[in-house]
Amino acid sequence: MALNPKKHEMPTQAPEVRAHNFNEVALGYTEEIALEEAKRCLNCKNRPCVAGCPVNVNIPDFIMKIKEQDFEGAYRIINETSSLPAVCGRVCPQETQCESKCTMGVKFEPVGIGRLERFVADWHNANATEAPKAPESNGHKVAIVGSGPSGLTCAGDLAKKGYAVSVFEALHTAGGVLVYGIPEFRLPKSIVAKEVETLKALGVDVQTNVVIGKTLTVDELFDMGYEAVFIGSGAGLPNFMNIPGESLKGVYSANEFLTRSNLMKAYRENPVTPIMKGGKVAVVGGGNVAMDAARTALRLGAEHVYIVYRRSMDELPARKEEVEHAMEEGIDFRLLNNPVEILGYNNPENPRDPKNGFVTGMRCIRMELGEPDAKGRRRPIPIPDSEFTLDVDTVIMAIGTSPNPLIKNTTEGLEVNNHGGIIVNEDGLTSRERVYAGGDAVTGAATVISAMGAGKVAAKAIDEALSTN
Amino acid sequence: MYKIIGKKNLNPTVTQMEIEAPLVANKALPGQFIILRVNEDGERIPLTVAGVDKARGTVKIIFQIVGATTELLNAKQEGEYIQDFVGPLGVPTHMAGIKKVCIVGGGVGCAIAMPVAQAFHEKGAEVTSIIGFRSKDLLILEDEFRACSDRLIVMTDDGSYARHGNVTVPLKEMLEAGETFDMIITIGPLIMMKFVTLTAKPFNVPVTVSMNPIMIDGTGMCGGRRLTLIEDGKRVTKFACVDGPDFNGYEVDFDEAMSRGRMYFDFERHAHEETCNLLKGAN
Repeated sequence: MALNPKKHEMPTQAPEVRAHNFNEVALGYTEEIALEEAKRCLNCKNRPCVAGCPVNVNIPDFIMKIKEQDFEGAYRIINETSSLPAVCGRVCPQETQCESKCTMGVKFEPVGIGRLERFVADWHNANATEAPKAPESNGHKVAIVGSGPSGLTCAGDLAKKGYAVSVFEALHTAGGVLVYGIPEFRLPKSIVAKEVETLKALGVDVQTNVVIGKTLTVDELFDMGYEAVFIGSGAGLPNFMNIPGESLKGVYSANEFLTRSNLMKAYRENPVTPIMKGGKVAVVGGGNVAMDAARTALRLGAEHVYIVYRRSMDELPARKEEVEHAMEEGIDFRLLNNPVEILGYNNPENPRDPKNGFVTGMRCIRMELGEPDAKGRRRPIPIPDSEFTLDVDTVIMAIGTSPNPLIKNTTEGLEVNNHGGIIVNEDGLTSRERVYAGGDAVTGAATVISAMGAGKVAAKAIDEALSTN
Repeated sequence: MYKIIGKKNLNPTVTQMEIEAPLVANKALPGQFIILRVNEDGERIPLTVAGVDKARGTVKIIFQIVGATTELLNAKQEGEYIQDFVGPLGVPTHMAGIKKVCIVGGGVGCAIAMPVAQAFHEKGAEVTSIIGFRSKDLLILEDEFRACSDRLIVMTDDGSYARHGNVTVPLKEMLEAGETFDMIITIGPLIMMKFVTLTAKPFNVPVTVSMNPIMIDGTGMCGGRRLTLIEDGKRVTKFACVDGPDFNGYEVDFDEAMSRGRMYFDFERHAHEETCNLLKGAN
């Protein structure tokens, strides 16, 4: 039988429908499609895809189980290395990781590994009857700071080895960026809640409403009997451009905008947390967060949404699939444009005019690409005298985030780099004994799966450190 | 879940609650705040810590019923629970080296000012307190202030109790009479804090303002509570939750902060009306 040269399409909600709801865009493979897609895996000998995965999921093995229609078996194989399969199957950039290494991909489209992973995880969540059991305790206690992807992964790996693990989360819901950052239409919150429940069944103790650095310090965690601490506190502090007008009403950081919508459920009808709706929206930035913010604004009822990015389509850092989805939904990409000032309403006659101080537009300048910078990306250069005004009511800044300084400021001897990222060695060990770190708290804003990889590395190092004495 | 140990109405729209939260009680210092959610799906609101009892593991909060969330909170009774209670957040009030302090509180801001005055008093500093209210009905915490102040001046805007006028009047008189303070700490409406700062300026007395009123939701992650400081002539964005809530009064752009504070005004008012109607239906 000839191999299908193309990946099986992911069934999705039609763009004109999904642009007005918060339901998941990608609907997932059916059993039939999954079986057909699994047949495209050559089960090649050198398995390059496994090396392309930051947590080294045994990809060909789980795909073979799909072929055998043993979906639970496939889940068990993924779960050996990944604590969050339903999450990774949805938000990993497979096209630059496992799938980019796929042997099929040399001549044809690679196997749809991410889509198969999602299928397996969803099948398990819908059909599995056996709850995971907590393994026998090894008597050691470990504290995890933050319940995002790195923290949950580190917690899961250690719990499976018998450690008594406590996860401390500052917000009221566990999941970190998976719940406050990534919108419902890309990663349903029920999926994250389910993954957290699975970890709890393994014996992981999740304590919400505890801010490490405030409610308790890292040193106090040691006093409480924890023998090692993993810091996965993420990159929570939004960056701004420092251009005039950023304090006007209607200027948000993407973090605030997405938190209001996702965590505080402002996307629902009659929410208790306010959020701006309607009007014209400009999102500044070109990463996944920018796409998420733009598509959230659209779903909240914006009449027109722009993405304003200073480089061109080739340099857009967002996942290709997200950019395509955004375009299909009607997001207007204004590339090679850079904001220089945000304009606001001001009635000089009446300082109490309620419209005063609200955004009315954004001055932008056109850009062209010059020589590549240190990272190899072509540097954008402003074109003189090319300024123009974009007529908008809301501006969302999605130009990156930095690690929150709270833990650094309250943990003596914890060294950070000049971007605020915690400095670690190859095992995730910080400058403090028995204190490990990983994810965005170390790297600054990056991907879910790289954070999971870091959580995994640290879990292994913590296990080695604690089991040898 | 966090248990409500005690509840007391201080005036018709201001309520005091004591909440069981041992980890927070163990750490909280004057000037810090907590964030709570009344129930699942509720809004996150910041409230300043109005006192702690470490032995009992409780934290006192005082709030004004201004919107749907505070109304919901006020509907909770002693013995009931609230969903979330996290803290202490923010930087505690800076106290080192201050031997003579003037605390200027306005309205419900006095609930935040009172524990600050108490802390200075316990440390042995000389405390002058000026507290102002719109009218006698809204007066709160007078006895508590009297107990921790070497000198207390109560003001009402309409003259219905104590001295008639706003808080800047006696402050100005004292400063003009040659009185000096190591620090003036002011907590209340933004407009009041702006004028306290302007009153103190000609006398070169340092002013600390508490930017609690502009906070909306959290741990510094959202950036919603940013405000602009003018440091050495340069505009700098700060986050009230992480960098504050206390700031140098001379550096705060009050006009911008007041404008931002009205951002969701219509929304809040709307939500408030809806809740009122709901309650009416239930009765």
